[in-house]
Amino acid sequence: MAEEEFTDINGNSISLDCQTHSAFCREFTVTSPKLSLRKVMVYTCFVWLFAYAVFFFTENTAVLSSAIILTLVGMMIHIHFVKVDHETLLIIGSLGVQLSSSYASGRESTIFIEMSKLKDIVINEAVYMHSIIYYLCILIKDPADPETVASVVPLFNVRSSCCCSIAKAK
Amino acid sequence: MVLKIFFPQCCNTADSGLLVGHWIPGHNSAVVLAVIHYPFIPGQVKKYLSELQSQTQVDLTVLGSWSMPKEGKEGMDSFLKDLSTIFPQKCWLQLSREIGKRGFICQVVQNNGKLLQDREQKNGDESSEGDKIILIHYDQRKVMLSQLHPVQDVSQKSDIEPSELRLVFQTVAQSQPLFFLDKYDDGPLKLTHWQSEGREASIIAELLKQASVPVCIFLTWLLSLWHWFCMVLKMLFISSKLSTCVQSGYRAVHFKTVFSPKKAATHMEFMRKANIFVSFLLDIALGLLLISWLYRENRISKLADTLVPVADRVAKELQELLEWLMGAPAGLKMNRALDQVLGRFFLYHIHLWSSYIHLMSPFIERILWYVGLSACLGLTFALSVLSDIVALLTFHIYCFYVYGARLYCLKIYGLSSLWRLFRGKKWNVLRQRVDSCSYDLDQLFIGTLLFTILLFLLPTTALYYLVFTLLRLVVVLFQGVIHLSVDFINSFHLFAIGLRICRPYRLAEGVKFKVLCQEPGTPLHLMMEINPLKCSSVLQCYRTPTYSCYPKDSWAALCKKLFVGELIYPWKQKTDKTD
Repeated sequence: MAEEEFTDINGNSISLDCQTHSAFCREFTVTSPKLSLRKVMVYTCFVWLFAYAVFFFTENTAVLSSAIILTLVGMMIHIHFVKVDHETLLIIGSLGVQLSSSYASGRESTIFIEMSKLKDIVINEAVYMHSIIYYLCILIKDPADPETVASVVPLFNVRSSCCCSIAKAK
Repeated sequence: MVLKIFFPQCCNTADSGLLVGHWIPGHNSAVVLAVIHYPFIPGQVKKYLSELQSQTQVDLTVLGSWSMPKEGKEGMDSFLKDLSTIFPQKCWLQLSREIGKRGFICQVVQNNGKLLQDREQKNGDESSEGDKIILIHYDQRKVMLSQLHPVQDVSQKSDIEPSELRLVFQTVAQSQPLFFLDKYDDGPLKLTHWQSEGREASIIAELLKQASVPVCIFLTWLLSLWHWFCMVLKMLFISSKLSTCVQSGYRAVHFKTVFSPKKAATHMEFMRKANIFVSFLLDIALGLLLISWLYRENRISKLADTLVPVADRVAKELQELLEWLMGAPAGLKMNRALDQVLGRFFLYHIHLWSSYIHLMSPFIERILWYVGLSACLGLTFALSVLSDIVALLTFHIYCFYVYGARLYCLKIYGLSSLWRLFRGKKWNVLRQRVDSCSYDLDQLFIGTLLFTILLFLLPTTALYYLVFTLLRLVVVLFQGVIHLSVDFINSFHLFAIGLRICRPYRLAEGVKFKVLCQEPGTPLHLMMEINPLKCSSVLQCYRTPTYSCYPKDSWAALCKKLFVGELIYPWKQKTDKTD
């Protein structure tokens, strides 16, 4: 159960948890920081003050109610589709690899890749704006021809040391 | 190598007995399908399994033994060990539970006597060469009913090797006859499987199934009569133009698929039938809703009363338009003589048309009342009838468009040919290219004269053509919108979406695994759940292939046709393609 300090590409601190269920079964969990209350308050106050200013000039109450609805809907969409709470990588020897993302609203989206479809797990690097980032990806075989076809990006960007410890569990 | 055992959840609390299942070829795994309880006669077990094998085409064998400790039933262990000699196997599984523990204990005996056992790891060393066992729990009923996507036919010979999970799903789905007998039945064998948790059956469903066969045969006979009647109608040219006839033709094809007495063999056929049936019911429901709205407060008579004034209004507007064209439209100077001729020609047509409408006006209300009743055949019918009514009412616009287009087309061809003469060239029909040619003086003279005349008359004709083409395009657009909505109702697969929402396990994209709590001394236990298909994939996968109105020509070709003056038929009906 290694607990080290990692950061993602935006500088927010994340934590990695590694659980070994058996000799051939391991689970890695990357937890992102939670939604910060201060940010939520700042955005809401900004939107409502703006709406109030518009109401002051137009005297139309529809502006206020639409601002409220917009804030609520935007927040619901953000926590349901955008804000990832934690991601899990479950590796089961000779069965396959399972990637699961859990969002802030509790929704979970899971993909399971069977061992027969898996070609390799590699660390790839990409140029992102002004820096180079490393990410772990899974190569999947093409069903008709055993060459690389699809590339899957499982986790957020972590430091290379983290990638190595995950790659060792293959 | 890791040995994987798929164990049904319903057998977790079953009494001791024999494990019956299937070894997956090529992968080191076994699927347990049922447990046969004591007492049994080994000869009867073998006979029953071979009967089922011929029925299901699944290689069912006795996999091993299952022991559930109960008070007063000790001494089973030695009995269990002796069983492996009665049912000779490559590998004999011995699963057992202990009181107070949640995990199972698993021992595997290979036929050379070697005993494999899952041991607790000592010192945390990774022994990669040791033999390991994974126990995967699955919900038998859900896996039996579920269909993995992308759908691959069992009977289809494909180059793609089916993956392990697909084989597991296929095995459970094909072993349905195994689940007919239960431990509560009076038979020679007592089995435990998913039906033991509680038989699911419904009298109404069974009665409907029995009644559906004669009903289907009767409806197929009716459809053959209708088909013969349509053949007669097809002789009429007009039937291919009226969208009502086209729509009824497609509905007949759909019914043939749905009401065929043959049971659906594959999953895709079943989904197709179900989708067509449900969309037909939805259509009828919407149609009845429309009827109830139209006939309440006699709205249909009010509609009929407004129809003739609307037609008159359209005629009047067209007349005013023509008067405007005959004057100086938008400040352009027209050739007076040609202008007057064309204008009077079209005005006479409008006069004829409005007199026909006035002739029909006393009957319109009755006709519309009966035509409105046809909406009980479905909303798509009502929309097709509306489209046909619009086409009939704007028939004069269509005629004007054809006249204008033909005139303009002739003019353009004449101009291009005379332009070639003007430059001393000729179109070689044999070689399909432009060649130079020497003309006589009188040919040149007449040719140049005609060219000049046509050139100066071009703006007038072009203007008439432009105006009537625009009107025609407006009507075509309106008809196109109606056809698009008809097509949408036809092809909307409500059944697939309903299935995805209410029974998500039936349409599976994959599986998900969850690690169950670990106890020392037991192998790894995983829980396999079905991952339902994403809604977007449902929409993509199950669209009913139907005729869709799409533009016959691309935009560039359309513009070229408009410029040259060829008649355009922008909406082409694609024939029904099966995928």
